Amino acid sequence: MLRAGLTMMAQGRSLVPGGALTLLFAGAAVLSLFWTPYEITSLDIANKIKAPTLAHPLGTDHFGRDILSMIMVGARTSIAVALVAVGIGMGVGVPLGLAAAARKGSLLDEVIMRGNDLVFAFPSLLIAIMITAVFGASAVNAIIAIGIFNIPVFARLTRSGALSLWTQDYVLAARVAGKGAARISAEHILPNVTNLLIVQGTIQFSLGILAEAGLSYVGLGAQPPTPSWGRMLADSQTMISLAPHMAIFPGMAILLTVLGLNLMGDGLRDLLDPRLRRTGR
Amino acid sequence: MLRYVIKKLVSLVVSLFVASVVIFLALEVVPGDPAASMLGVNAQEDTLAALREELGLNRGPAARYGNWVGGMLVGDFGTSYTYRTPVSEMIADRIWISLPLALLALSLSTLIAIPAGIWAASRRGSGVDLGVMGVTQLGVAIPNFWFAMLMVLVFAINLRWFSAGGFAGWESGFWPAIHSLTLPAIALALPQASILTRVMRSALLDTLGEDFIRTARAKGLSRAQALWRHALRNALIPVLTIIGLQFSFLIAGAIIIENVFFLPGLGRLVFQSISARDLIVVESVVMLLVCAVIIVNFVVDIAYAAVDPRLRRAR
Amino acid sequence: MTLLQIDRLSMDVGRLPILRAVSLGVDAGRILGVIGESGSGKSMTALSVMQLLPDGARCSGRISLAGQEVLTLSEPALCKMRGRDVGMVFQEPMTALNPLQTIGAQVAETIRIHERVTRAEALRRAAEALRRAELPQDRFPMSRYPHELSGGQRQRVVIAMAIALRPRLLIADEPTTALDVTTQAEILKLLKRLVVEDGMACMLISHDLAVVADMADDIVIMRSGEVVESGPVDRLLSQMRHPYSKALLAASSHVPNRLAQPREASLLSVQGVVRDYATPRSGFWGRVGTFRAVNDVSFEIRRGESLGLVGESGCGKSTLTRAILGLEEVQAGTIELNGQPVFSGHRPNRDVRRHMQVVFQDPYGSFNPRHRVDRLVSEPFHLLDEPPKGTARADAVAQALESVGLAADDGRKFIHEFSGGQRQRIAIARALIIRPELIILDEAVSALDVQVRAQILDLLADLGDRLGLTYLFISHDLSVVRSITDRVLVMQDGRIVEHGVTQEVFDVPGHAYTQQLVAAAPRLTVEPERTNDDDARP
Repeated sequence: MLRAGLTMMAQGRSLVPGGALTLLFAGAAVLSLFWTPYEITSLDIANKIKAPTLAHPLGTDHFGRDILSMIMVGARTSIAVALVAVGIGMGVGVPLGLAAAARKGSLLDEVIMRGNDLVFAFPSLLIAIMITAVFGASAVNAIIAIGIFNIPVFARLTRSGALSLWTQDYVLAARVAGKGAARISAEHILPNVTNLLIVQGTIQFSLGILAEAGLSYVGLGAQPPTPSWGRMLADSQTMISLAPHMAIFPGMAILLTVLGLNLMGDGLRDLLDPRLRRTGR
Repeated sequence: MLRYVIKKLVSLVVSLFVASVVIFLALEVVPGDPAASMLGVNAQEDTLAALREELGLNRGPAARYGNWVGGMLVGDFGTSYTYRTPVSEMIADRIWISLPLALLALSLSTLIAIPAGIWAASRRGSGVDLGVMGVTQLGVAIPNFWFAMLMVLVFAINLRWFSAGGFAGWESGFWPAIHSLTLPAIALALPQASILTRVMRSALLDTLGEDFIRTARAKGLSRAQALWRHALRNALIPVLTIIGLQFSFLIAGAIIIENVFFLPGLGRLVFQSISARDLIVVESVVMLLVCAVIIVNFVVDIAYAAVDPRLRRAR
Repeated sequence: MTLLQIDRLSMDVGRLPILRAVSLGVDAGRILGVIGESGSGKSMTALSVMQLLPDGARCSGRISLAGQEVLTLSEPALCKMRGRDVGMVFQEPMTALNPLQTIGAQVAETIRIHERVTRAEALRRAAEALRRAELPQDRFPMSRYPHELSGGQRQRVVIAMAIALRPRLLIADEPTTALDVTTQAEILKLLKRLVVEDGMACMLISHDLAVVADMADDIVIMRSGEVVESGPVDRLLSQMRHPYSKALLAASSHVPNRLAQPREASLLSVQGVVRDYATPRSGFWGRVGTFRAVNDVSFEIRRGESLGLVGESGCGKSTLTRAILGLEEVQAGTIELNGQPVFSGHRPNRDVRRHMQVVFQDPYGSFNPRHRVDRLVSEPFHLLDEPPKGTARADAVAQALESVGLAADDGRKFIHEFSGGQRQRIAIARALIIRPELIILDEAVSALDVQVRAQILDLLADLGDRLGLTYLFISHDLSVVRSITDRVLVMQDGRIVEHGVTQEVFDVPGHAYTQQLVAAAPRLTVEPERTNDDDARP
């Protein structure tokens, strides 16, 4: 069983299990909008710190809240933060990367690339710390911090992918047909870097989930009463010897979501990588 | 070679300058009145005025920036508003926890990842390879602070091999101090080691597919000889890049891990100063950490040139 | 007894058959030429001898090398054989060397891996091998790294590695395909000399019949994993039996039939064109230097004419093409089509551009893989002020595809559904669609196998006649230029060094560089009485 699983992961037949895990948590997040087993706002002190039972499959926390319900709502926070952060990274990074590649070696390219280097020197946590120091902690600040960190990732990826495409003869043919840099970027470059972007987007999504968990764990992310996985782990820490289930289940949720996204990314890479399915020649 | 180093040195200085401007703008100019954001909304007008006077806020931003950077260059990071002690002393106390922790984690991660990556690549498709890839897949996905908590549960609470947190202090001796940094370093190193193992493996596999490996095999080198003599050094180039990038993740990770283990390092200091709204400390510590990242990447750039003769040529 | 004897060698990779019952042999001191188009299995035959096959490959049959049965040898025994008994030279010199090691260390490694010698002794012998490969120590010290050498020089390093231990068999797999024609001639001469000096057997693999005919004693012709014909070079060339060999020979020396005569009126006029590129700063605060890629070039193309432009890589012909197409502005001089400048007021002139189109070399890189053929072919419509829409556009696409011998409904397909030759037809259709007067063919047939190349040349000749097209035919391949152009320009280091009627320039070259080029170009001369001693080339 373990061996079969490892084989599957290693050989990249991971799209289906990865996609299934991702869908499971995404589904839980959507479901939590309409229904959760218990209201997460209702405190039930009589039933606090209960190990898993039939009534509470994943147990209860120190306020007697149902951990399964908390994890479902927490999925919403994690996924929303990571998704918007990827959106910011792509929305800003991809046009920058396309512009830098279209004007390779120009001042614009130089400024974009040096700016990228600079952002790389600020880990997302440091950005979050700076934002929090000034504006206070919130989920929005977590999104901005992770999003800013995503920008150079996508800008670099787009630029390097685009640069190799700009040397292709079909781009030269488009220039002979009188098309300008913007039009060529939109018609010929962008469609051919989307595969790269999809794969990297999945990876950044999973890194975003991890980063959000880390930020809310240290109190720089979503603030109570909004449940988040990192917050739940922080709450569980002082009670870890008394109630290990409070630490184990939210951690498993993070692990499985990230694992699912990574496996899906690997699977997509194998599916979309032109080197693996190239025909002819 | 010299020209390459000088070029990188200039870009190091420029990066440091721009980073310091960004930090200064973000923390002292964007908020409008730093004194107000430090004291909160209920501050009295005269305390505000006193703080503005103390911080030198009555001067223009350019003068304050010059003062801040000039001070840092001679080791004066200002005085903490909440603790009333020089920030440089606070940093000096704590850096001897954070720096060894980061270095320990970096060496641990590199020492595990490079052999593991080579091992997996040289036995591609075997049980070893599958095992390494499976474990690293988990290692990449696990949040390091959660892994740290699980280790505390197992090794500190149940087995009692380690203490659950706190720092023994260097004055209690080298090994006790290292002992209390061991679990944090492992927790920090695990995800980085997983990423690095995968990078090492795929870089090596890519290099093994290059033409010059075929040339080496045609000379009579065995598969293993071709790997060790020709592929390895070429594969180290992307690995170096990742080690440089990981340093920045390590710094971020260390800030969180210090909180899990109650280590009185720079990370704890930052969080304490945020809750106390002590912008002066936040500003200086962030600058210090960013400095560390930029300098490590400079070292990686120099290491490139040592590995790759194509970068060395002085033309 | 033959040194290398291959008997009924078959090879599969997975379930895919690669070689079927290949038999050939080569004696010491002789050169065996192995000819075939891409996918014929010629390289795989060579790699079978070395046993350096892709993963999952299985061989059956016999390979016997100086009495050893190669297919029964253990991996350690094979390692002892490779490099010592058999040396190998590969096609791509730019990537065949480890970029991080000096050339001396890489040549010395061949010696140190097989013999217990000191480092100093190995280096001394490496220097000797490099000297024999014509890289003397005083000009090319062993401390050089590969990136400091040109392609031809790197290939000499690979050769030095292969011959350092004086192996009994040398396998050269397309050793000159990636090189310029003059470098090719030098490398071939070097290989021939080494074979004679060391009494080696040599297996020379090439797609180019002319190269092999000049070099080899015996020839083997392969197609889809099988040997179709073999024998001594003279007999085989003079009396071919197999239809495939005949077709190959015919295609190699094919001359398309052209009827149209150029008119007097000038179409394109290039006068005193100079194109400079900025080079990286010399020092840290140094000035930006310039490199003159095109230097005072002037020529004219008459209507209906086919003008050739030949030169080696780096001579400036690509830069000149880009200038003519109006993709880059020139620093001095004028380029005019029908009397109108291609660049006016620092902007490309659309009115002029719509009268010329281009076909590139690489049939695989010339098309956006995400678009359908009809969209690809109609891209030049962008140059028109009122491009046709709807059925008019569909009709134009269909007409263009049909004029190059494809079907109208091929327009709905994606580019990966077509072969290299078909793609080149689509590239021509794309060029034709806005009915240009001038078509620039930038190495347009260089990447094609000889038979497909002959078909494309016929197509171009036919289109030229029917549509009254004017061609600027850019190529490094003299035989192709000779077969399809009226006049030719010879370019070297950014200058036109000679121009004139193609036949005259190639038969009686005036400039020293042209003489060098013509002499270096391998030529296929099928003369029954030709003997091995009379080597026509210098």
